[in-house]
Amino acid sequence: MAGKSRKGGSSLWPMKASHALLMQGVALLIGGLVIAWFAQNAASNLARRSMQLDFGFLGSPAGFSMPFQILSFGPTDTYFMALVTAFANTLLVSAMGVITATVVGLGLGVMRLSHNWLLSTVSGAIVELVRNTPQLLQIVFWYVGVLQVLPQARQSLSFGDVAFLNIRGLFLPAPIGGPWSSVLLIAFFLSLALAPLARRYLPLHPRRSSLLWLVPPLLLIALAFSLKGWSLPALKGFNFAGGMVLPPELVALWAGLSLYTAAFVAEIVRASVEAIGKGQVEAANSLGLSSWLTLRLVVLPQALRLMIPQLTNQYLNLIKSSSLGAAIAYPEIVQIFAGTVLNQSGRAIEVMVIVMGVFLIINLAASAALAQLNERVALKER
Amino acid sequence: MTEKIALAGTGTTGGSPLVDAPLNGAASSNAAANREAGAVAKRRATTTARARRWLRANLFSSPLMGALSVLTLLLLGLALPPLFRWAFLDAVFDGSNRSVCGAGACWAFIADRLEQFVYGRYTPAERWRVDVALALLAGFAALSLWSRNPHRALSVLLLVTLCPAVAAVLLIGGVFGLPFVPTDQWGGLSLNIILTFATVVLALPLGVVLAMGRRSQLSVIRWSCTAFIEVLRGVPLLTVLFMAMVMLPMFLPEGVTFDRLVRAIIGLSLFVAAYFAEIIRAGLQGIPKGQYEAAAAIGLGFWGAHRLIVLPQAFRLVVPGIVNTVIDLFKDTTLVSIIGLFDLLGVVGQSIKDPNWLGLGREGYAFAALVFFICCYAMSLLSLRIERRIRSSSH
Repeated sequence: MAGKSRKGGSSLWPMKASHALLMQGVALLIGGLVIAWFAQNAASNLARRSMQLDFGFLGSPAGFSMPFQILSFGPTDTYFMALVTAFANTLLVSAMGVITATVVGLGLGVMRLSHNWLLSTVSGAIVELVRNTPQLLQIVFWYVGVLQVLPQARQSLSFGDVAFLNIRGLFLPAPIGGPWSSVLLIAFFLSLALAPLARRYLPLHPRRSSLLWLVPPLLLIALAFSLKGWSLPALKGFNFAGGMVLPPELVALWAGLSLYTAAFVAEIVRASVEAIGKGQVEAANSLGLSSWLTLRLVVLPQALRLMIPQLTNQYLNLIKSSSLGAAIAYPEIVQIFAGTVLNQSGRAIEVMVIVMGVFLIINLAASAALAQLNERVALKER
Repeated sequence: MTEKIALAGTGTTGGSPLVDAPLNGAASSNAAANREAGAVAKRRATTTARARRWLRANLFSSPLMGALSVLTLLLLGLALPPLFRWAFLDAVFDGSNRSVCGAGACWAFIADRLEQFVYGRYTPAERWRVDVALALLAGFAALSLWSRNPHRALSVLLLVTLCPAVAAVLLIGGVFGLPFVPTDQWGGLSLNIILTFATVVLALPLGVVLAMGRRSQLSVIRWSCTAFIEVLRGVPLLTVLFMAMVMLPMFLPEGVTFDRLVRAIIGLSLFVAAYFAEIIRAGLQGIPKGQYEAAAAIGLGFWGAHRLIVLPQAFRLVVPGIVNTVIDLFKDTTLVSIIGLFDLLGVVGQSIKDPNWLGLGREGYAFAALVFFICCYAMSLLSLRIERRIRSSSH
């Protein structure tokens, strides 16, 4: 079916096998010649600079440090470690962005759908304002217009005396891990990832899904109990000590990515729920389902099916847009590699191949994972 | 809650001189006056009832909704008045440097820099050329989108062939007595518009070729087009721009260099073409098989059928998708500020570092946001209208 529709009506104009072969040969020849010409130019350009195509520079010491990293990285580490560290920073801001964008987007979408005129108008205004201004502009605005005009540490904005916001960033309480904390944390993520797999191997029981989904929250509770305590940020002299700090670059990029994607998520939620026929809700009501059960059993399963492919696209866009951190010097892959490393090493081709390759891999991995999810919720027709 | 309803009720009916005036004049003939008064009271009652009904249905349908409405009103009450005071009441609209600024917004900065925000560093005496070029493009774009234009196809053709050529001659100069203006002086909002337009003109044909290539029976062509589309859709625009800036010169013969602006346009075009290709492919898939068969039956070949039957219909289907991509492209042209071109965002970023206007980031970026919002919102309304027209004509 798919093959037929892809080819459209082309079989109406049958092509002789020899003709097809000739055309493809010509196409290959032209493509090959262009690539050969590019390659030869590149070779002579490199030779003129007495360089050659070589990824060996990844092993030499980087000699720079990053303003922020979640892995440890110092000037004596190699370029390869710089790549890994920047990659981790990209993943960090992307993960934070995906979570907040989903939560805020769902909230805005539900507000937009509500029969409350005020809520839907406010949500609509926010969504339209955010969707129709450039994302880079928003990120730069958060950075220059909001975070850089915050007060100094002594006059920090305080959130219940546990979190503080000032010009140096967002200070949050940090958990102090006990002996079992890291094991439990890993177990938590594994239980989330493996739950759908494990479901297949459990004996058929009507409550098996509910039981399985009890595991991650239980692990989370165990994790909370395994902690030794929390380190709270406290003002010491001119700066805060204790806790953890999210630098302004990270906060601005996070806010910019989340809000922009949230506006699109809100539109997706609204469109998907509105696309469900009125008859479905009426049928559910006439069966005597409560409004909550109507939502859970009739509307959401169908809306989710429409939403997931579109949400996938938005999440992939968010990951790609994390590269805009380069504009405000957040140390992610583009900023570190296409910026600092490229300037230091002068290896344009290698650096760009690495940067684009990394994004391609992230994208392919994420879209493969989300395609699996989509398959699970897709309509199963006999 | 009741208080609010009563207030709203009087707000909509009370103090309406048009209703009260005839009442006073006709005081002597009391029967008529009574009837009149009754009618007014009734009208008043129905308006109040209607307002109450509206409020009940839209703001206070349940205790939870009521609480949410009050909470939202409170939040708006907290956020909007200070914003209004900052943007208008305390704002300064006139002045020549930072010393005029007070507690509110300093719009004097925008007024002082408006020319740069629109034209960048384009030679002041020659700025009329930018105006003429943009007006030409806007005029032909409007003609192409006007549904009752008898020569629409011709307008589109001129828009993508003659107009860019004339605009380029006007903007670059160096011929017909027009002084030469190097592209590194171009900037501001006009640069965003020029980049968008040039990219669409280059990317649209490329997108058609890629879309048809991806549907080709020839596997070499199909695979190379698919790979091109998927790679470009899988990487961020910023990396494509960096590639065009730093990697492209490495692949060209020694001594051949492209202008920075041209390199940015090449990067943008390659990226956008991949997105156009997927949209156009969707349009091609939306054409029923009968159209191909009918084209073959009247003796048209592959190219003839595509040119005369399939592509025109596919394009009609995908116009909203293309307009949406153009909106995204217009927003994304701001990325060139990262690679060292001075578009509106770049000019604002540069201006707030000017000692005369140091640290007016909020005003600068708020202004840029407003400009982009107006342009993009207008385009999205247009896209909605086209979509509605297509839907109504297809039924």
